[in-house]
Amino acid sequence: MWNEQKEFDCIVVGGGPAGSTFARVAAESGLSVLLLEKDRDIGVPVRCGEAVSDAGLRIFHEPDPRWIASTINRIKLVAPNETVVEFDLHQKGYILDRRIFDYDLAEFASIAGAQIVTKAYIDGLIIEDDKVVGVKGTHVGERFEKRAKIVVGADGVESRVGRWAGLKTTVKLKDMECGIQKTVTGIDVDEHMFDFYLSRKWAPGGYLWVFPKGKHKANIGLAISGLYAKDGKAAHKFLDEFLAWKYPNASVLTTVVGGVPVAKTVKHMVMDGLMLVGDAARTVNPVTGGGIIPGMRSGLLAAETAVKALKNSGPTRKNLIQYEKEWHKIGGKNHERFYRIKETIFRFTDDELNRIANGIANVPEDSRSLLKLFTIAASKKPSLLIDVARVFTGI
Amino acid sequence: MIEIAENKCDFCGCCVGVCPVNCIEVKEADILIEHEICIDCDICVYVCPIEVLYQIEPNKSTSVAAA
Repeated sequence: MWNEQKEFDCIVVGGGPAGSTFARVAAESGLSVLLLEKDRDIGVPVRCGEAVSDAGLRIFHEPDPRWIASTINRIKLVAPNETVVEFDLHQKGYILDRRIFDYDLAEFASIAGAQIVTKAYIDGLIIEDDKVVGVKGTHVGERFEKRAKIVVGADGVESRVGRWAGLKTTVKLKDMECGIQKTVTGIDVDEHMFDFYLSRKWAPGGYLWVFPKGKHKANIGLAISGLYAKDGKAAHKFLDEFLAWKYPNASVLTTVVGGVPVAKTVKHMVMDGLMLVGDAARTVNPVTGGGIIPGMRSGLLAAETAVKALKNSGPTRKNLIQYEKEWHKIGGKNHERFYRIKETIFRFTDDELNRIANGIANVPEDSRSLLKLFTIAASKKPSLLIDVARVFTGI
Repeated sequence: MIEIAENKCDFCGCCVGVCPVNCIEVKEADILIEHEICIDCDICVYVCPIEVLYQIEPNKSTSVAAA
């Protein structure tokens, strides 16, 4: 039992997809792993639009039909002037049911041997000789301390674990997307279509999404950049106005809010005895705001490095930094390109968005693609075209 | 000073992620600001999606947000 064990190889703070993936991979390699989740449930509340690509999910798991609320193969963009552009996605996507998905990821970790504890709130680290050696917190009102060779900060947008250790994880105002989402029913939607509304009117510096969960239910949400949130109109007001206009008869089943860090990955993802993964390491794709797959990828890479470090000469920064290198080799360069693209497109005015929508509308439907769309979007800034070409074609 | 409309809060942690001095604590259903550490930069007020946080002394706010 976890409460009798004083020390673990790894303690993971946070039971989202990144934390559970780390815990599973580390436990499968024989490490003793304790995963601590502050809430009473793994996976709830679902602070997420729940969209993933099939290809991304398959890096880790064969998609289980129980996880999937809708399969998506088409995209619809709505411009500020209500020009509508549709096209087929070249790869399919899913809207997940993360209550089931996150539960299963935690279960996989548990089956591999990790111990999972909910309602375990961490409020500090044990640091000795500038090395992280454990965590302090409260479990159902009782104080506890546990030691670990490696502490893993998988604590999401808050990312306090890294900051307690001295790593700079604070997100700049312009790099925080302020989100709100309602899961609504009593509406008619195309269950195979992603809808995106791009407009200062609906979501300045972000976008509004309608992600179907069947024919009569959808996650409808938006995120606005902190840069524009500063003007004084909060995210919830934009969403209420949109629902009143587009889906006045919708019934709201769930409302969640949350911040999406659309930042560069943190400069230092590790230090002696500490690793950061997922949203806590700012691995979210800065253009799409998608964080599930990059988070799981970082959890996997971090765990592989942790296993090697503990089997060799220990959890020093020098050994753990291999994770940072792997991250940059596999996804980090693209992450930086996406960040540069985001830095331009999130400032587009409605006139520019209309121009882009008209541009893609003039392309024959079977030639439309995300590459084409972003190429048109970047056409006024040629240096960005290289980034667009590289992230969408893998050049 | 930043005040909290606690009964409105959804405990999402968006404010925690942007706080430059790490003075906000969000638990499962609890939010606290350590006022001795807070520098009244108001960034948390701007990012809150549902207007839980508000500055009660507007003249006191510092301009870190603009940086």
